[in-house]
Amino acid sequence: MEIVTFTEVETFVQHIPEVTAAGVIIKAIIILAVISAIAGFGTYIERKVLAFMQRRLGPMHVGPYGLLQLVADGVKLFTKEDIVPQNANSLVFKIAPSITAATAFIALAAVPVFPDFTIPHWVPLLGGVFVPSIAADLNIGILFVLGMMAAGLYGPLLAGMAQANKWGIIGAARTAIQFLSYEVVTGLSILAPIMLVGSLSFVDFNAAQAGGISHWLIWQQPVAFVLFLIAGFAETNRTPFDLLEHEAEVVSGYATEYSGMRWGMFFIGEYANMITISIIAAVVFLGGYSEAGIGWLTIILKVGFFFFLMLWVRASWPHIRPDQLMWLCWKVLMPIAVINVVITGIVMMV
Amino acid sequence: MYETIAFYLFSALTIGLFLITVMSKNVLYAMTSLAAGMVLISGFFFILGADFLGVVQLIVYVGAVMALYSFAMMFFDATKDIKEKNTNPALIFVLGGLSALALVLMFAAPIYNKSIQALYPMHKGVGNAQDVGIVLFTKYLVPFEVAAVMLLVAMIAGIILAGKKMDQSLTKDTSVDDDEILTQKDAK
Repeated sequence: MEIVTFTEVETFVQHIPEVTAAGVIIKAIIILAVISAIAGFGTYIERKVLAFMQRRLGPMHVGPYGLLQLVADGVKLFTKEDIVPQNANSLVFKIAPSITAATAFIALAAVPVFPDFTIPHWVPLLGGVFVPSIAADLNIGILFVLGMMAAGLYGPLLAGMAQANKWGIIGAARTAIQFLSYEVVTGLSILAPIMLVGSLSFVDFNAAQAGGISHWLIWQQPVAFVLFLIAGFAETNRTPFDLLEHEAEVVSGYATEYSGMRWGMFFIGEYANMITISIIAAVVFLGGYSEAGIGWLTIILKVGFFFFLMLWVRASWPHIRPDQLMWLCWKVLMPIAVINVVITGIVMMV
Repeated sequence: MYETIAFYLFSALTIGLFLITVMSKNVLYAMTSLAAGMVLISGFFFILGADFLGVVQLIVYVGAVMALYSFAMMFFDATKDIKEKNTNPALIFVLGGLSALALVLMFAAPIYNKSIQALYPMHKGVGNAQDVGIVLFTKYLVPFEVAAVMLLVAMIAGIILAGKKMDQSLTKDTSVDDDEILTQKDAK
């Protein structure tokens, strides 16, 4: 039984300044502000990327190259009438969007977002406060993020059930099926790299891949990487798995009756989840922020690549049918994931 | 001090939410409050420093068990109240109260007696998951494996019960052609 010795832990702890409550609160505010802004800006990027892939121009009229389209959308969302359907269960109907947004941001609490820094001393009130790179440095960070994303399924689910609309109910049923099924694949696919590293902490994953590109886990676990990406697409409700709000079949699924900012909160939650999945994929498989000196830049590039990949796939592939979705999950991805875990275990034992 | 505040906050909220679960006649309220209560229970584990168990509570109860409940709720009209058939409310009250009292006594007695002690205390500097894993795969290996086998049996039984017509695809069902469906609709 090998356990990390106490002296090792202590020497490791000494190098990091003390994390104070103020630092964590500042970090939380930074995450909220920046990720919301990126989520909003992501809608603009998504439109532009899709437009260029389809030989269109995308938003062009508001501001230079349509850059202010984001502001126009924001004003529209905030000022739109907030309609609650007559037969809907209004309390649950109103709570549901905030569940999606809240779980998406709570998941980000245990994920390394931006490098740590100390606020310079000349800043009044907050000078000298150390802001950590992870708001809550749990040593089981990956499990926490997966658990929080699992809890995120209540947003669409309750929204669909509360709105007294058949499209909503179908959307909610699809939410339950899709998220529950693909959680299995996410968990099993990420299990193999966890076995290799021997830890559930994002920091340990980062440290384990510190030796350059050849040390990235993607070379040892290519199957797990592909499986995780596919399941990640399904869990963030991206094309080709966006059956929850498939316009051609169920109008807008769970979001049919929503308008204004409540609908906007579903959107922000979805984009925050996309960023979370991108960060997990970057840290677990692509070396994270381990490059000395330019770690902050490489993690942004990696996350940006995964974000772009999601838009790329959306422009390239059609939706799939619900029965194909289930076939893919239970008859293809899950057996491959289990076999991958078993092979990883055998290789590690030998 | 933060822990005390968090504990009493979580306790009050959990009890309140579970009260709604029991008292409410609305399926949607009952389900939502039960799920929210499960989330708050994981908060107790986090306060106690049992991060791993807290996350397991989140994944298993909130992510899986409650989601399956809610999937069953799809078959009801969730926006309407349910008429409950309480044939003997006094009996239910007495039995429920007695079993609650018995549970409280069972768990409070060792604490009151101060003879409670951790058989497998956590190690400083070692992760929660490692501690749980070591105990689970040494002392409790046999119960763990037995539980695994039982779950496997339940899973196979579920597949056999549900999967009688699994080899037939409803999407590709061509036994009824479209014209027949249309004529049936017209007849209605």
